[in-house]
Amino acid sequence: MSIRQGILAMLADGPRHGYQLRVDFEERTGSTWPLNIGQVYTTLSRLERDGLVVALDGGDDDTHKPYALTELGRAELAAWFATPVHREDRPRDELAIKLAMAAEMPGADLHAVVQAQRTDTMRALQDYTRLRRAADAAGDDLSWPIVLDSLIFATEAEVRWLDATEERLARRRATTARTTSDGAAEAAATADDGEAVR
Amino acid sequence: MTAVLELLEVSRVHGSGATAVNALRGVSLQVGAGEFVAVMGPSGSGKSTLLNIAGGLDSPSAGEVTVEGVALAGMTRADLAQVRRRSVGYVFQELNLIPALTAAENVALPRELDGVSTRKARAEALAALKDVDLAGVAGRFPDELSGGQQQRIAIARALVGPRRLLLADEPTGALDSVTGEDVMKLLRSRCDEGAAAVLVTHDARLAGWSDRVIFLRDGLMVDDTGTPPTAGSLLTGGAGR
Ligand SMILES: Nc1ncnc2c1ncn2[C@@H]1O[C@H](COP(=O)(O)OP(=O)(O)O)[C@@H](O)[C@H]1O
Ligand SMILES: [Mg+2]
Repeated sequence: MSIRQGILAMLADGPRHGYQLRVDFEERTGSTWPLNIGQVYTTLSRLERDGLVVALDGGDDDTHKPYALTELGRAELAAWFATPVHREDRPRDELAIKLAMAAEMPGADLHAVVQAQRTDTMRALQDYTRLRRAADAAGDDLSWPIVLDSLIFATEAEVRWLDATEERLARRRATTARTTSDGAAEAAATADDGEAVR
Repeated sequence: MTAVLELLEVSRVHGSGATAVNALRGVSLQVGAGEFVAVMGPSGSGKSTLLNIAGGLDSPSAGEVTVEGVALAGMTRADLAQVRRRSVGYVFQELNLIPALTAAENVALPRELDGVSTRKARAEALAALKDVDLAGVAGRFPDELSGGQQQRIAIARALVGPRRLLLADEPTGALDSVTGEDVMKLLRSRCDEGAAAVLVTHDARLAGWSDRVIFLRDGLMVDDTGTPPTAGSLLTGGAGR
């Protein structure tokens, strides 16, 4: 998530100082991406350097200086909203890499890896669902439920992918078992041990 | 925590001899008042068997089942039927609506069988239909309603009256995803009022509404979101299966 564009978007509502930006950011996205105040000030000074925001007078000290969007900043924000986020631009999925590695690793129990992940992912899904229930009940603004829905759907997709991976694994096991029982009988015990048989 | 449902080392063997299937193998589970448990697992892992046993529709080959503190084993047929009617609400894939009865009559039927007066049963049925947003079709017959509406009537029938244990086996099959969530809201609110619910589903988004997800595989409970994850032992080979 780009803090830079997030800050520009919040400034589109009117000038704000750093602390306020941090509070607003968390309000709109929940505590999904907690920001520290240092990140906010660093980002603001870079945006100022690039001419996308200006510091206004009025604050008694640096930390209370309000910032406002410039025309250039407004254009950058419009461009951000107009551009879809390409999937390739997102960070690599560590989990997919982990399972791919486990699948080829002798002695790794892929079933156990998948199940442990599924339990953890389901726990996250329960948390997001609970948060969204609370947000719906509170009749909050739209931003937070939208973020939560994004997390809920992405998490659901992960569970489905884990299910599919497990089915793939079961199919592989079935074929391996069949092949080995056609051949040497004692190999069946090894086949049941799973992934080591290739 | 008062356990509304308790399974203790429950096993179930379907069939016998060479064709025997170990559908459940020593499953223990407690569901307390207010608790919403989801059961997930691949097809054939024993989910429906678990639910049928929990509701007294099937009996375990070994182990004990207790509903609201009363052991189901050794009950007379009549007593068991009464527990099933009074304490347990079921929603299954097969709706089993009676075609000759209106929506309201279908929902009121289990209460009338319970000896509740016709008037009171009808009032409860209308309230349950209102909960599933079907107050408007109370007088219609099942074949005058859409698949999704029939399913919601079956849900209203399961929720009617003061049932304390709600059992649902893939209850949202014919429902779109919004309605599926509505059904979860209903189950959730019944639990918040003190009922216990067990939902079998393969839909992770629906299971997300639960307090606890248990995972079955080949008749064994292999994991549980209620317990913190055990680190390590993931690379110890097939022993953990
Ligand atoms: N009445 C029955 N007779 C014989 N086998 C059965 C019967 N009911 C279920 N089984 C078998 O028991 C296992 C578990 O079935 P079930 O509980 O329906 O699983 P799930 O609901 O998870 O798909 C399966 O192998 C199934 O074929
Ligand atoms: Mg089933």
